Amino acid sequence: MAGGGDELKLLGLWASPFVLRVKLALSIKGLSYEDVEEDIFGGKSELLLNSNPVHKKVPVLLHNGKPICDSQIIVQYIDEAFPGSGPSLLPTDPLERAVARFWAAYVDDKLLASWLQSGKSKTEEEKAEAFKQTLMAVENMERTFNECSKGKPFFGGDSVGYLDVTLGGLVAWLHAAEKLHGVRLFDATRSPLLEAWLERFGELEAVKVVLPDVDSLVEYAKQRQAAEAAAAADAGGN
Amino acid sequence: MAGEKRKGLQLLDFWVSPFGQRCRIALDEKALPYEYLEQDLGNKSELLIRSNPVHKKIPVLVHDGRPVCESLIIVQYIDEAFSSSSSLLPSDPYARAQARFWADYIDKKVYDCGTRLWKTKGEPQQQARKEMVEILKTLEGALGDKPYFGGDEFGFVDVAFVPFTAWFLTYERFGEISVEKECPKLAAWAKRCGERESVKKNLSPPEKVYEFIATLKKKFGIE
Repeated sequence: MAGGGDELKLLGLWASPFVLRVKLALSIKGLSYEDVEEDIFGGKSELLLNSNPVHKKVPVLLHNGKPICDSQIIVQYIDEAFPGSGPSLLPTDPLERAVARFWAAYVDDKLLASWLQSGKSKTEEEKAEAFKQTLMAVENMERTFNECSKGKPFFGGDSVGYLDVTLGGLVAWLHAAEKLHGVRLFDATRSPLLEAWLERFGELEAVKVVLPDVDSLVEYAKQRQAAEAAAAADAGGN
Repeated sequence: MAGEKRKGLQLLDFWVSPFGQRCRIALDEKALPYEYLEQDLGNKSELLIRSNPVHKKIPVLVHDGRPVCESLIIVQYIDEAFSSSSSLLPSDPYARAQARFWADYIDKKVYDCGTRLWKTKGEPQQQARKEMVEILKTLEGALGDKPYFGGDEFGFVDVAFVPFTAWFLTYERFGEISVEKECPKLAAWAKRCGERESVKKNLSPPEKVYEFIATLKKKFGIE
């Protein structure tokens, strides 16, 4: 339902939380697009390499052939380029926008970064430290949810906003990680508000249609782990 | 004291910080009066900790008692909260996305690589040198033949990158990189920006940046 003459193409990877973030934004705004799956590990397409020559990463959104890169920049772009479609993701007040941007950056730079680190850590000590950082980040997000939502269902208030979409990219992996490692990151004792948010967010129609299948993600994670182990072995190890 | 809600703008900052300078330049470009509060990063003030409890870092802009953190977020805030004066970000959504992309690139690459240039020696330093040249060439490519990153007007990306031009001398002396030689268009852009009042007033003199880093190197025992 994009405006006449608007062609949207998303270069992505079904398992990527960053790509999911963009799909969530497109879905919530009611925008149709062509979903192009990139073979990230097999061989990136010419289109991807030409569209994102600097980082060579997904997601890339092509709007009438013009590329926009980086999930958070893409989401802001979608919000600004299609103001009439669906709800506004970013608030109108400049201070609230600054707060939303701050916490969106925090999701990637702190929460996701330490969570990924805990998965990649070689020693038990490193893992424990990274996980500790992750839990601290969850605590901060819980407090932020409380402050931003002001008793309403979403970070954005009554309707889904920028921060919901940003954190929303992690939803499928949060469920997959629980199946893989038995750890529930947003759990009832540590972060009851986030636990409730996760459930509520996942129930939205616009979200359900784009969420990747959790069991498939679990399989994918196992395959990736095996592939990386094999590559490390081939490289001769340390 | 708690409960004190000062009216107006205050900037919690550290004199040599390129991130803080971005904010100072933006404030001056918009002709906004503000109170500059130099912070002692070795002994952080209660105001700083209270204003940025999550990261405890500068810069922090406090507007009518409410803090805004992270330099690029602060610059966007200044642009949006004081929208009547000339815009730093373009109005077209695609151009805005491009501006944000390059500002983010500068954020993720320049400072980190620059730090490795003076903090390391031998192979890691050679690697940092190679990376920095690549980063600068990439930015030069983005600039192209335009007078400024955004086109004809000084804007968001220029604000994001210009404070680092005061570090070119330091990169040259410690990292053996001549920006003039490797990226002449970028060097010309730096000179052009340096003629603006807001930039002249707020960038640290390159020799002072060099002295500051030289002192840090001694402190960390890096010969």
